[in-house]
Amino acid sequence: MAVERSLLEINNLETGFRFGDVYHNAVDDVSLTLENNEILAIVGESGCGKSTLATSIMGLHDPKNTQIKGEVIYKDLNLLDLNEKLYNRIRGNDIGMIFQDPLGSLNPLMTIFNQISESLQYHSDLNDQQRKDRVLELLNQVGIPRPEYIMKNYPHELSGGMRQRVVIAIALANKPPVIIADEPTTALDVTIQAQILDLMVDIQDETGSGIILITHDLGVVAETADRVAVMYAGQIVEEASVEELFANPKHPYTRSLLNSIPHELDDDDDELHVIHGTVPSLQHLPRKGCRFSPRIPWISEEAHEENPVLHEISPNHKVRCTCWKHFHFEGEEK
Amino acid sequence: MAFLEVRDLKVHYPIRGGVLNTIQDHVKAVDGINLSIESGKTYGLVGESGSGKTTIGKTIIGLEKATSGEILYEGQKVTNKARSRKEKYANYNKDVQMIFQDATSSMNPKKRILDVMAEPMHNYFNYTPQETKKRVADLLEIVGMNAEAMYKYPHEFSGGQRQRIGVARAVASDPKLIIADEPTSALDLSVQAQVLNFMRRIQKEFGLSYLFISHDLGVVQHMSDDIAIMHRGRFVEQGSKKAIYSNPQHIYTKRLLSAIPDMDPTTRKAHKVERQRVEASYDAQETEYYDPKGRVYDLQPFDTDHHVALKPEEPNVSLENENLEIGGKN
Repeated sequence: MAVERSLLEINNLETGFRFGDVYHNAVDDVSLTLENNEILAIVGESGCGKSTLATSIMGLHDPKNTQIKGEVIYKDLNLLDLNEKLYNRIRGNDIGMIFQDPLGSLNPLMTIFNQISESLQYHSDLNDQQRKDRVLELLNQVGIPRPEYIMKNYPHELSGGMRQRVVIAIALANKPPVIIADEPTTALDVTIQAQILDLMVDIQDETGSGIILITHDLGVVAETADRVAVMYAGQIVEEASVEELFANPKHPYTRSLLNSIPHELDDDDDELHVIHGTVPSLQHLPRKGCRFSPRIPWISEEAHEENPVLHEISPNHKVRCTCWKHFHFEGEEK
Repeated sequence: MAFLEVRDLKVHYPIRGGVLNTIQDHVKAVDGINLSIESGKTYGLVGESGSGKTTIGKTIIGLEKATSGEILYEGQKVTNKARSRKEKYANYNKDVQMIFQDATSSMNPKKRILDVMAEPMHNYFNYTPQETKKRVADLLEIVGMNAEAMYKYPHEFSGGQRQRIGVARAVASDPKLIIADEPTSALDLSVQAQVLNFMRRIQKEFGLSYLFISHDLGVVQHMSDDIAIMHRGRFVEQGSKKAIYSNPQHIYTKRLLSAIPDMDPTTRKAHKVERQRVEASYDAQETEYYDPKGRVYDLQPFDTDHHVALKPEEPNVSLENENLEIGGKN
């Protein structure tokens, strides 16, 4: 019997951008799996490589200036080996993508109907009437009122929340088993954000697809994700189920991030936790040793591993490096 | 005592149209709000995009023109006078400063940090070049930056550093009130923490007041003493932080608060049910909380430090008010 494979399997993915003659890895040795019917959140601050990871899976990089190594396995196929023509059949059909800026990802000169049916036209052989029915069905599914009327509108006539619903409808058009959502709610107000997140969870319940949700917002993660991978400087530093990650964060970076969120009705004199130093730029990224060590200088050198790897510290909870065992916040005793 | 008062401020923008391009209607960006700002306190202004919160800030500092209403600074009427060069408005100009959301575009890319920060000083103080440098270095130190930074250009800094420079520049003229318009919305969590900490430290040191404009309820809660929730250009609820967060009265406030993501994944389901319940009651009760034109009612005292825009209860009073309103409009 064949071994059951994950829906999407990323193995040792490395994505490097060219600076002069040297490639610097923005995503460095990332391995992840996505199962059916699950929302996997990838969290991290700007520059940690989370969006690069998404665009690498989708093959959206300029091949002249990027170097991608590793494997992205989907249905026994390594996506990274595909040529552009084959990739185009995967994009939209098997993997749908939702971008942060709905206005930027919609064509201002096309009606909503045309934008959604474009993807249907490319990937399916529905006739005109079937396509129209499908578009209406999709608009209903993403909760757009009066779809008959709205589908004749142009993107600028819709509000930000409505536009994002249209983008989601486009991503869903061909019922892709994998959906990648890159900061889908960052540009939206909290009330709209809540609606869009509900929508994504509902869609996932209905279709059983696997969703990779990329975000910097830990609140969004807590509300929607099943599993979480925390990224820092191109690497995954911690991976766990969402309950485990919030109840029992281990890696110093995860703990520091959670600690710097303004909390409810805290004392007026409480200062927020600040992570020491800054995120290193791509060229200056330390490629050896624990990448987070410069941000926690009060933890001794010996606490870190020489070549930090992900350790499974309990079932399905992985942490990079060993420094978490010795970690305490500055000024606090262990 | 309040040193800055905003009374019944309205900012309306004309909508032009028709054949002769006449004024057809108005967008009521800000439609009758009152604020009084005391020294050393932080006032949070919360609302969704388009609610008019930024317009209030910009009108106070003079980047937008008030249609009606007045702004009093230490008893002196300063409405629409912020750009005036007259001596008598100099204090107001000096004492009210602003921090913008996008620090990059709020600094001249061709100027060194020294020149960027010296500008407000040149306007209001007669410093010698040495004194200016000394003062810039001091200010940079307050926001945790090296004095060397003054010889660099804005692009040489990270987003968080630039926003800290923005804070330092706002403090340079020794103001009493800083209007902070989404100062940390573009920043990462850990950098946001840094900027917020510096803002609070500066407040303690100089006894500043902040008008803190943000859509992020968590941040506002962390920073503010008093909070006003805005919707459709008006305040729906105003009060102390505690009153607003632990005892919200207006349906819009409840809706906004319930939409904040819960940091505990284990109570996710319950939170979602609660949020959808509030959302449904918001849709159902809209007529009770807004007048037939969809306008927010006037604020009514609810508690000593808590005002809510509820439908006027006593029929007599409400009749009188309505008559007045209608009379005023026609």
